[in-house]
Amino acid sequence: MKNGMDTKAVIELSQVSTRFGAHVVHDGIDLEVHRGEIFALIGGSGSGKSTLLREMILLQKPDSGSIRVLGVDLANISDADALALRLRWGVMFQHGGLFGALTVTENIGLPLREHRAQDDRKIDQIAASKLAMTGLEPEVGAQYPAELSGGMLKRASLARALALDPELLFLDEPTAGLDPESAGEVDQLVRKLRDQFGLCIVMISHDLDLLWQVADRVAVLADGKVQGVGSMAELAAMDNPAIRKFFDGPRGRIAQEQAQDNTQRPIRKPTWKPK
Amino acid sequence: MPARATNPAASPQIGALARLGMSAAAVFEQSVALLAFIGECAAAFAGWLAHPVRIRWRPILFNIRSAGFDALPIVGLLAFLLGIVVAYQGADQLRQYGANIFVADLVGLSMLREFAPLITAIIIAGRSGSAYAAQIGAMSVSEEIDAMRTLGIAPLDMLVLPKIIALLLVLPLLTVFADVLGVFGGMIMARAQLDVGFPEFLDRFTKAVSVTAYLIGICKAPVFAGIIAVVGCFQGFRAKGGADSVGRQTTRSVVQSIFLVIVADALFSIAFSALDL
Repeated sequence: MKNGMDTKAVIELSQVSTRFGAHVVHDGIDLEVHRGEIFALIGGSGSGKSTLLREMILLQKPDSGSIRVLGVDLANISDADALALRLRWGVMFQHGGLFGALTVTENIGLPLREHRAQDDRKIDQIAASKLAMTGLEPEVGAQYPAELSGGMLKRASLARALALDPELLFLDEPTAGLDPESAGEVDQLVRKLRDQFGLCIVMISHDLDLLWQVADRVAVLADGKVQGVGSMAELAAMDNPAIRKFFDGPRGRIAQEQAQDNTQRPIRKPTWKPK
Repeated sequence: MPARATNPAASPQIGALARLGMSAAAVFEQSVALLAFIGECAAAFAGWLAHPVRIRWRPILFNIRSAGFDALPIVGLLAFLLGIVVAYQGADQLRQYGANIFVADLVGLSMLREFAPLITAIIIAGRSGSAYAAQIGAMSVSEEIDAMRTLGIAPLDMLVLPKIIALLLVLPLLTVFADVLGVFGGMIMARAQLDVGFPEFLDRFTKAVSVTAYLIGICKAPVFAGIIAVVGCFQGFRAKGGADSVGRQTTRSVVQSIFLVIVADALFSIAFSALDL
């Protein structure tokens, strides 16, 4: 499965183009995500970052160009290979994507029940450990997704994404719709997952705090192209107007100052949040 | 009918001809998508036949209960009432000619051949077809379908095939149940209005109604079941955006499946008259 081991790239996109009818979403995108890094995709609404994420997780196909994830080319992938690949990554959806008909524990156990022949007791044990890993109380396991708050929903969804011990984690807007405190906790959680388990994390986010605090590298998407890739500090120094938009607003400046104040302290002040 | 057709209605400057063209294009697009969906379902079903271990029995059994067993009271009641109505409408005419006993022919043939399969299909389209569209639509909107795919579970295997299979099994059985209660309703009315007792009615019934008439009614049911399940699931998958879209697709699934059921019934009538059945 893992051909091309000479490179340390976990995800490689080359010349990816996508269009919906006459509307060009991506016009030749090249990107690389490296092993063990936290990589963020940012861009205005309609810039195609969600579409790009969906193309990386086999929910959509680009019109042209190639995408390789974990060394496997996604174009013309067979059903069996697609299944094998899907089990090597986890996805946390923006709205959780938890199954409303199942409890949280059943949700987390579902991928195990489907793909690993294990007895129920073992599965429940694993589910409980994943729940603890994302900082949820054990009682939450018996609840249904509709009973959870936004922050708990995101954590439960993350726990399910981690159920099969993936090598790669995709997060779609991990802090959108959360209060400042929960968002701060998600920041820490994301970093903990990378530091403790060596996961490679790819996320979409608008949250400047999250980006400053945890992202190693950030790619800015606009007008169907990658306008720039680099750490937040590097991007902040660039002159490209499409990138400047993110840094020049009052929110961008405050998040940047705060990040620079907090370089020693990983926890951001929960009293303020740009959204 | 689809979303594109509603937009031109909002902007009055688009001419009637352009609107007609857009609607036609939208209908065509939807028909092609429906055909593609049927093809995908067939391919998934072939996959099940090739690997029977992949068959998901639990959702099949669950759907048999929810679409079949749970529908017994409503199907039974409405078929019973329909039997009463048919016998009552016929009673006046028959009495004028002193042909009271022929109420058994009237009720028996009309219920078994036409009314029982049709009323059952219409109830199930409203009851289960709409539930399918609403369930799958809500799951599409809340990213549950995407989540299912990324967890390596094919939504067709989990959500669509069990519903189609369950309904194919259950609708003929419900039709038999509707046959029995419809004829029973007719019998009660015949005794009350026409002085035709149960023994006389049943005696005439066995002479008037052939096994063919019964089988004609039953053989329509699987076709109606296929239409209802496929249209309901298909419209559910087309839900995009928010909760309003789920509601719209649910309505559309009921309207379309009832429409197609009646069209199919008309085609059956033509076919049976050509075959002299």
